[in-house]
Amino acid sequence: MSMNTMNIRNVAPIGSRFLLVMLAVLVALMLSPITVFAAYDVNIPPPATSIATQIYGLHMYILYFCAVIFVAVFAVMFYSIFKFRKSKGAKADVNFHESTLIEIIWTIIPFFILLFMAIPATKTVLDMKDTTNPDITIKVTGFQWGWRYDYAADDFGFYSSLSTPWSQIGQPDEKASEAKGNNYLLEVDHPLVVPVGKRIRLLITSNDVIHGWYVPQLGINQYGIPGFIKDTWFKADRVGTFKGQCSQICGKLHGYMPITVIVKSESDYAAWLVESKAKWGAKKHAAVADAGDDYTKAYTLAELKTVGEKVYATNCAACHQANGKGLPPAFPALSGSKVVLGSVDGQIDILLNGKANTAMTSFARLSDTEIAAVMTYTKNSWDNSTGKVVQPADIKAKRKS
Amino acid sequence: MASATTHDPSHAGHNAHDHHGPGPWTRIFTTTNHKDIGSMYLWFSLVMFFVGGAMALLIRAELFQPGLQVVQPEFFNSLTTVHALVMIFGAVMPAFVGFANWLIPMQIGTADMAFPRLNNWSFWLLIPATILLMASFFVPGGAAASGWTLYPPLVTQGGIGVDMTILAIHILGASSIMGSINIITTILNLRAPGMTLMRMPMFVWTWLITAYLIIAVMPVLAGCITMLLTDRHFGTAFFNAAGGGDPTMFMHIFWFFGHPEVYILILPAFGIMSQIIPTFARKPLFGYASMVYATASIAILSFIVWGHHMFTVGMPAAGQLFFMYATMLIAVPTGVKIFNWMATMWRGSMTFETPMLFAIGFLCMFTLGGFSGLVLAIVPVDITLHNTYYVVAHFHYVLFPGAIWALMAGVYFWLPKWTGRMYNETLGKWHFWLSAISFNVTFFPQHFLGLAGMPRRIPDYALQFADWNQISTIGAFVLGFSQLLFVYAVVSCIRSGKKAEQKQWESADSLEWTHLPSPVPYHTFETPPDLRGVKMAGH
Repeated sequence: MSMNTMNIRNVAPIGSRFLLVMLAVLVALMLSPITVFAAYDVNIPPPATSIATQIYGLHMYILYFCAVIFVAVFAVMFYSIFKFRKSKGAKADVNFHESTLIEIIWTIIPFFILLFMAIPATKTVLDMKDTTNPDITIKVTGFQWGWRYDYAADDFGFYSSLSTPWSQIGQPDEKASEAKGNNYLLEVDHPLVVPVGKRIRLLITSNDVIHGWYVPQLGINQYGIPGFIKDTWFKADRVGTFKGQCSQICGKLHGYMPITVIVKSESDYAAWLVESKAKWGAKKHAAVADAGDDYTKAYTLAELKTVGEKVYATNCAACHQANGKGLPPAFPALSGSKVVLGSVDGQIDILLNGKANTAMTSFARLSDTEIAAVMTYTKNSWDNSTGKVVQPADIKAKRKS
Repeated sequence: MASATTHDPSHAGHNAHDHHGPGPWTRIFTTTNHKDIGSMYLWFSLVMFFVGGAMALLIRAELFQPGLQVVQPEFFNSLTTVHALVMIFGAVMPAFVGFANWLIPMQIGTADMAFPRLNNWSFWLLIPATILLMASFFVPGGAAASGWTLYPPLVTQGGIGVDMTILAIHILGASSIMGSINIITTILNLRAPGMTLMRMPMFVWTWLITAYLIIAVMPVLAGCITMLLTDRHFGTAFFNAAGGGDPTMFMHIFWFFGHPEVYILILPAFGIMSQIIPTFARKPLFGYASMVYATASIAILSFIVWGHHMFTVGMPAAGQLFFMYATMLIAVPTGVKIFNWMATMWRGSMTFETPMLFAIGFLCMFTLGGFSGLVLAIVPVDITLHNTYYVVAHFHYVLFPGAIWALMAGVYFWLPKWTGRMYNETLGKWHFWLSAISFNVTFFPQHFLGLAGMPRRIPDYALQFADWNQISTIGAFVLGFSQLLFVYAVVSCIRSGKKAEQKQWESADSLEWTHLPSPVPYHTFETPPDLRGVKMAGH
């Protein structure tokens, strides 16, 4: 008993002293020069479509509701805390513990507040789901780890993946050798390009695991689910570059799967379309990444190795590491690897089809030359010195079979 | 002493030794005493809390700066996965079962749980499950790295670590189901005469409802991960489109378990709050009956809201709207609970010992987490926040100051009863204020990160997210290390705390305070107290 009353006297001053000290620490932390980037964004980035604008507005609207209710409710609580404390001689009114009327009131009022939130939200949902009458339809396919965009009506498509070099990212045991650029992890080799002011319908799917095509400024976050096609739409209201990332965990490089959408004026878009059709259109059925890929040509070992090193750095180094030692057991070493040193056919098979139940995915999207080059590179780098050359024609033959 | 009269004379002397028969090591394996098992659950969950916390700190260390500095991305994914599984199935759930074991028999006036041997078995199943889960880090391919939601097809790519995780979850599920059967049977059959359902302490009520939730959804989880296992090894294609299955079906089944699971983690916390707040307000709980009904409504609603975890799979507008409305509706009974707690304080006579501080912290922070939940219920807003750090902030607001603070408040509250000794108030207050401030430093900025578009479960991020991440990491380390104070407070209380009184809290009114001495003897209520006609506060 005595302990209780004794504590009461000590509680208030100790409590408030702690609070003050901790607040001071907090403020000091906030102001201390530990930061170098100074980008304290606190809200949804500026919307660029009507849907994203509605989302932004809805969020603010509900946030204000919540803030007002929070302040009101906790004002009552803190009033109680200061007014009805034993140390101030407050006597408990033990009979005030039941009131059906009060219970009904605070059940019904929140219900009506919720109605005010639900009505505008419903309107936006119906708007978001209306994918009719598109001007352009683009198929988006996620894969481990990047995106493919197919412009169905214009008969071309291309791959889009991270272009930030690994030398900027670094490794746990190896500092990044290059300073991080402004668009670190948000830059891609080939962005999605669309015209301004047109209804763009996206058909989103995936080749392997579930991915999430997420560009906040366009108001889109849609899973790509293997075997299913889901659709969504947007109409950009201004020219610009909009960035996003894969939102659904999809394996090792989930964090390295950015999205860049460039919205161009109609004339710029038309020019881009002509250029892109020339670049990607003719080869769409061969599923190759770059134009000018002549699989009939025979290259020298040195030529293939030079190209192969680049292909390796973009596509393989993340898992198998630049030094070829991999990260066993999940990502085996290629240096001294039985697969690399073994039959050409075996290695081509893994590159084209991936390896079941491992993170090794199919790289059939690379061109014949790229696959030949990277194979030649792996067969003649690190501890591997087979002297073997793999030609694009070998890959071509295997693709057909 | 009231309890002396409840003791069979032939058992006199138990208080002194607490135990007779086997030595301490045999005792921990063979005990069927609800207090022993309750303590074992609580110690186990404390260890797992630190294991899961260490993983969280590794995650935060990697996220201190952009770039990869501490761990590889694949291992990072394993950390996020196992951190969640350990905290949910290893720390929070067993801790609440520990409370249930300790308190339910005492609060309803019975000698022990209905199935004491089943009780022992429920606890000991946790050990092989934990070993499987932790060992999965050391097998080829590492631990599951798909997030705790284990979505296929990603989870199908994992190695044997995934199978070990599936088995571990099976065993933990079996343990929870057995524990729940035990709790339901105890509550429905072993109440003392006069302890009617509507006179039970709120903690007992919330556990009764929680136990039904567990029995309803754990088998669903078991079925769901069994399908994963057969997809992985036995050629089925439940979740593989190429074989006629559907990955979305996994999400539906998983979240049909997963959403009630959220309430499994929070309803007993509501129960603890409903014991602590009236005690320190020195007033009966406001609206006891409506608290019971609100808890039941939350539990029932929890079965029809699972789709709000799936707004981005591309379900039809009608589906999105249904799940949005149902989810928003949960705010109503949850609001009723908050308002009742506020009204309990109103015209009270309050003091602010450590359990009450944690309870007030719970009210503020849990409500904040509730509001961010409401924001996420709004489909269009969820579209832009789904799988971002906003969601991470939201569920940590409801789980850390929600579930875990309730547990800590409960430990401080009942330690005097359990151990017969008083914890150190100053230490308890340091623990509270350090936790309260560092928690907010850690998780409040994550709302901003999510709004700005930072996805969750990534080991590396764009430069504009760097500042808030640094602050969050600093907060996380303070938060993590502050919890050592809790361990110290508990251990020093057990070893050298001042002697506690039978009714350490003057206004505590449940049977363990009114009928049993501190520390409680090893065997209590061998003869149930007769409560018929006895006036009980607030009824």
